Amino acid sequence: MTTPKSLFEKVWEAHAVRTLANGQTQLLIGTHLIHEVTSPQAFGMLRDLGLKVAMPHRTFATVDHIVPTDQLVEPYRDPLAQAMMDELRRNCAEFGITFFDRATGKQGIVHIVGPEQGITQPGTTIACGDSHTSTHGAFGAVAFGIGTTQIRDVLATQTMALGRLKVRRINVNGRLRPGVYAKDVILHIIRVLGVNGGTGFAYEYGGEVFDRFSMEERMTVCNMSIEGGARAGYVNPDQTTFAYLKGRPYSPSGAAWEEAVIRWKSFASDPGCHYDDVVTIDAASIAPTVTWGINPGQGISIDERVPDPTQAKAVDERTSIEEALAYMKLRPGTPIKGTRIDVAFLGSCTNGRLSDFQEVARFLKGRRVAPGVKAIAVPGSQIVALQCEKLGLDRIFADAGFEWRAAGCSMCLAMNPDKLVGDQLCASSSNRNFKGRQGSPTGRTVLMSPLMVAAAAVTGAVADAREVFAVNQN
Amino acid sequence: MALAKIPSVTGRAVNVPGNDIDTDRIIPARFMKCVTFDGLGEFLFHDVRKNDDGSDKPHPLNEPRFKGATILLSGANFGCGSSREHAPQAIQKYGFRAIIAENFAEIFFGNCTTLGIPCATAARSDIARVAAAVEANPATEVVLDVAAQEVRFGGQRIVVEVRATARDALVHGRWDAIGELLDGLPAVQSRARALPYLAA
Repeated sequence: MTTPKSLFEKVWEAHAVRTLANGQTQLLIGTHLIHEVTSPQAFGMLRDLGLKVAMPHRTFATVDHIVPTDQLVEPYRDPLAQAMMDELRRNCAEFGITFFDRATGKQGIVHIVGPEQGITQPGTTIACGDSHTSTHGAFGAVAFGIGTTQIRDVLATQTMALGRLKVRRINVNGRLRPGVYAKDVILHIIRVLGVNGGTGFAYEYGGEVFDRFSMEERMTVCNMSIEGGARAGYVNPDQTTFAYLKGRPYSPSGAAWEEAVIRWKSFASDPGCHYDDVVTIDAASIAPTVTWGINPGQGISIDERVPDPTQAKAVDERTSIEEALAYMKLRPGTPIKGTRIDVAFLGSCTNGRLSDFQEVARFLKGRRVAPGVKAIAVPGSQIVALQCEKLGLDRIFADAGFEWRAAGCSMCLAMNPDKLVGDQLCASSSNRNFKGRQGSPTGRTVLMSPLMVAAAAVTGAVADAREVFAVNQN
Repeated sequence: MALAKIPSVTGRAVNVPGNDIDTDRIIPARFMKCVTFDGLGEFLFHDVRKNDDGSDKPHPLNEPRFKGATILLSGANFGCGSSREHAPQAIQKYGFRAIIAENFAEIFFGNCTTLGIPCATAARSDIARVAAAVEANPATEVVLDVAAQEVRFGGQRIVVEVRATARDALVHGRWDAIGELLDGLPAVQSRARALPYLAA
């Protein structure tokens, strides 16, 4: 009888090449995704060492962080952005790497492009110079965000040096209440386990809620694993995974498809396998969740008040609450609901997929963005944009007063012209509320689900989407 | 490629207190619009060090008495958030050679090690002792002994931890794995042949 194993163990063992002198593993990285921000220096190092790309056919590039979402024609207004664009083009051409450039119609945020092309597959290892690479774990892949020197390593050898992770199983059982979304699930998990609770772990998400979730919902949760400190996060592959992948450009087809599905299924965690930790959460206990502070773990349910530092249990907690409230310009103990917003941002690798825009459009139709609020809707890829436009969603957003933009990372991290100004407060469907994250050193971010962003946009304040849109109490 | 062995780092230290100091704070994203890492040092902690008009905010790195420090002290979960290597690159290019904190975010830790920057963890109370000594006398010589996992300063000593894999890599001069990874290429090829999705 073989010992039951987790998906993480099986994928790790299938990709472990050998043990290095310091005890780390040389791990084969089957799929390498690159983008313009963290790769140019890696190509520079490769040239300095006179090395080639080991497996150009397993390396895929796109451009996302710096692309303007309101300008398609080059040269871009920002010469630095144009230089990064040109550099990526040059590197891909020189080393024979597939580049989903804007002209291909397949460009988008790297974590949206991989899945929609069928490049992201179960039982594989994936690396990308971006911490939100954990997104790809939704397919039962083990996916790591890496730094630039490691990008060089993967380019040159298709491997990297890594220590094995522990695995924490997170079950979410029962049923989510109406108006509660995948985003709320992950914000809740991070709130409960902390922003560094996942250090040293891969998170395996499961339970009834994940069994029912679509691939896009699973991606939203896996995406933010890193905000909980976990290096990777994944969901075991199942029929939902296979149905999503069938017919995608890079998915196997014909007889190879059947073989692939059998192989993919074999990677799923075995019943009775060992987990280093298990956490179980009741889905009904999760409310629409918003952040009030300066890290993604500083979240509360929409009905709660922001914390009062004088109520803090420890000095440390008190200091961090004080620092966060001072930055956010919020008064201790006041309800988060009703906090005025200046900007509403819908998009990012967390919530920039078709189902995100569909769900919002369903409720936004016929409503208007509040006066004085700048609202932007940014599809995560050109394909998402096209799908939305075919369904007429772009018109719903435009009629409501949202600016409908071209695909990119946009205001999630503001490496492009989409930025907060001064101390503007942004209701955001993105993943980080760090100080200055959205482009202004004093800009403020409140993270929430896409529908909550829409509710904030139409009321001009942080609001409960269930009330604003009369979300059904079924 | 012979790499320097880093059994210890000796120098002056500066304390940048706080927990959950993220890589956006270490190097704001707008400074990543570059195709080399050169010049990142001057933007280290930019938005918490500089006002909009370019004048200084109160920050330990702006204090002349801490100029030239090569060991950075901080709190818990240092380097969380974005995987950007620009953060440790900025720290290194500013002049830091080692970091001592309560603990580190995973990706940041790996990025630092690969650049030959030792990341040592220590108890908060112990870091506070080093910080107090440095505060009292910024010229205090601080020795991070990576091999012995201790910090010595002003006649005092605290215990620190440097993860075994990183400690080995630093002490033996194999913190940049590229040479060893390249040596493994034949094994990589045979492993790859067993994985159908890697077929050309």
